Amino acid sequence: MSTDAVAAVEGAGARRLTERVFRVRELGILVALAILIAVTAILEPRFIHADSLRNLAVNAAIFAILAAGQTLVIITRNVDLSQGSVLGLAAFLAGDLLTKHSGMPLVAVFILGIALGAACGLFNGVLTTWGQVPALVVTLGTLYAFRGLAFLWTSGRQINAETLPDSFLNIGTNSVFGVPVLVLIALVVIGLVGQWLRDFRTGRELYAIGSNPAGARLAGVRAERRVLTAFVLSGALAGLGGVLFTARFGTVDATAGTGYELTVIAATVVGGVAIFGGSGSVYGAALGALLLGTITSSLIVLKVEAFWQMAAVGALLLASIAFDRLVGLRVDAALRRRSARRAG
Amino acid sequence: MTQEASRQPAPVMELRDVSKSYGAVRALRDGNISLRAGEVRAVMGENGAGKSTLVKVLGGVVRRDIGEMLVDGEPVDFHSPHDARDAGIAVIYQEPTLFPDLSVAENVVMGYHPLRGLKRIDRGAMHTHVQALLDRLGVGLDPERPVRGLSIADQQIVEIAKALSFDARVLIMDEPTAALSGPEVERLFTVVRTLREHGAAVLFISHRLDEVFSICDTVTVMRDGAVVHDARIADMTPDQMVRRMVGRELSALFPKQDAEVGRPVLKVHRLTREGVFFDVSFEVRAGEIVALAGLVGAGRSEVARGIFGIDKLDAGHVELEGNRLPAGRPQAAMRAGIGFVPEDRRQQGLVMDLSIARNTALTRLRSLSRLGIIRGADEARLAREWGERLQLKFHRLEDPVATLSGGNQQKVVLGKWLATNPKLLIVDEPTRGIDVGTKAEVHRLMSELAGRGVAVLMISSELPEVLGMADRVLVMHEGRLTGELSRAEADEESVIRLATGQVGEVAA
Repeated sequence: MSTDAVAAVEGAGARRLTERVFRVRELGILVALAILIAVTAILEPRFIHADSLRNLAVNAAIFAILAAGQTLVIITRNVDLSQGSVLGLAAFLAGDLLTKHSGMPLVAVFILGIALGAACGLFNGVLTTWGQVPALVVTLGTLYAFRGLAFLWTSGRQINAETLPDSFLNIGTNSVFGVPVLVLIALVVIGLVGQWLRDFRTGRELYAIGSNPAGARLAGVRAERRVLTAFVLSGALAGLGGVLFTARFGTVDATAGTGYELTVIAATVVGGVAIFGGSGSVYGAALGALLLGTITSSLIVLKVEAFWQMAAVGALLLASIAFDRLVGLRVDAALRRRSARRAG
Repeated sequence: MTQEASRQPAPVMELRDVSKSYGAVRALRDGNISLRAGEVRAVMGENGAGKSTLVKVLGGVVRRDIGEMLVDGEPVDFHSPHDARDAGIAVIYQEPTLFPDLSVAENVVMGYHPLRGLKRIDRGAMHTHVQALLDRLGVGLDPERPVRGLSIADQQIVEIAKALSFDARVLIMDEPTAALSGPEVERLFTVVRTLREHGAAVLFISHRLDEVFSICDTVTVMRDGAVVHDARIADMTPDQMVRRMVGRELSALFPKQDAEVGRPVLKVHRLTREGVFFDVSFEVRAGEIVALAGLVGAGRSEVARGIFGIDKLDAGHVELEGNRLPAGRPQAAMRAGIGFVPEDRRQQGLVMDLSIARNTALTRLRSLSRLGIIRGADEARLAREWGERLQLKFHRLEDPVATLSGGNQQKVVLGKWLATNPKLLIVDEPTRGIDVGTKAEVHRLMSELAGRGVAVLMISSELPEVLGMADRVLVMHEGRLTGELSRAEADEESVIRLATGQVGEVAA
């Protein structure tokens, strides 16, 4: 009885420890964010103005939506490099549709944009699961292929805000109860994806697949289907991001969203999603997107040269990876000590 | 008799003339096996006899080429492990199938979490369910802790809990006890007996004959991919069983020859690693095999890792032939003449994707290289030489080590260290998961080494191996040495009593 009690106490310790680590991980980003904003505000007081804070959130919204999709894929030990190109396709689709049929219901535009993204994701997913080609290679290929399609389709055309209906452009600028619509949409997406990953069997199975792909299959997880789902959702969210991109910026050409995929992956990793799968949360990834966006904005406000902006993002990425590694080693050691004591 | 036959229910699961080939290798040939409700059936055979292929066919991991598979007399076809699970078949595989990032509880119920409203996962129910399972297996594991960092024995317990987490009609266990200690095995068997009483059919694979005789009703013996014998356990003796498995007589399982015991080679002084082992002192002499016995988790492997310098020590030091070894430096330990065959050969002993030749040469890279360049021919010569001495069974030296059977992999690990001419060889569970024939060869090798004056420190959880091989037995309990027994004093009872801490601890 007494040994059971001891084991229970130590077990609870291990639980608290891991919980603490995960909280610390997301809390750490918040603290970094707060420090960043504080320092920038001290050097340049206008930065703390409500409008500019609002801008930070709006700028991060599209990245956060993409990061939610990227998180799903990375958790399964895959990666989606084609998100930026998919966003470009969907952005142009939305602009093109509304320019040619200005009376088109906006819901239809959103559905078509998301469907186009989902189709791209399906293509990625099928090649990765059934084709058994590593996702890195597949999506690197489609990164170029989808971008090429965009160039083919637009053939040099550009869509401007003048040709788009105001009701659509308002989505990018309006607010509801003071919260920008874009931010609301991002919060809903993050909430839904977060719930799915936390509370549903299929969501948990994504973690199992990323943690031990062969083991997941043996445990009866339908790994191919789940990975396919992750890619389709990543594509669909990139599609949604594309429509929102057009609504926010009004101007779209074939290069829309170029390079977004790397920013999104950086945000996801900074947010604590392990690049080899199996752990991390969509909330962390969204905070990562916010942090990266804020760094860029604050460096612009502080009139730092563009080169240093990129260097700062790189440094943050390396710092967060180093942090994860250090914490990981310490947690491993602590867990080992606990199990040794239990067995001893 | 006829009355008894008519009372027998139809098999829950049956394979009829099932074959499976991997390329040119016929892993399973015309396999016939039937599992009845309330029956525990053993499958015995050397490594490579086709047992694991049989398990994979039953579990839906691989599909048979030809033949019939029946569940409750109805033909079925499994396309994936998911299908097998839906048919009520639970499998404990030999390979680790756990998710290190997830909690013990989630590992157990993955994909079959208990649900509440809106199909959401009911964490409370999950916790209770898994806690109950772990209690039934008698382990104090916390369901909420991550699997990462669990000992091999605890991981095995989680695998078992996973298989028991639903009401399986067929339970297939591929070497479930390989990493477990005596009491844990007993508790597993209690659970298996309960399942049998409730009408489950159990398929049990183990290399430990005593376990097979204590738990199984019937036995299927396999050799070279084919079923060679099917009988009731009660009608067989261990000798007959071994003979059927290997197809030849085995003179003795543990041929330790007497060797002249010389000067002390290894001296361990008051070794301590906080929370793991405390104040461990002993010595090993040339020509001597000293066994470190104890239950899983007693700290034996950790002491070995401490001696070799893999883990840091908090106190104490190690002397090899009178010279103090620098702590925490495996390189220095190797140079001083220590060889180390670790517990987990797949992860720690071998680079599975590298060739047999490359693996054998890994410990000798310095002496093999000229001006820093290693010549393939030298490497191959070294590997071939050791391959012959160890009677290694392989196709080509360039093949990855992963293609070898477990026993032959272990021989590569041994060869790798023997090539360094060690003064002291530390072997951790040298014959775990190895078939009877290869086991005897590994034992012969160790005995031969001792005969040549090498000091051998052997960690083993198998009592017959400890009693058969060791000149002296050191027993550990909860991180402390609890006793030392000479070859004459050591028997099952005395070792177990020390290992379970039933004797007052030796004054420190």
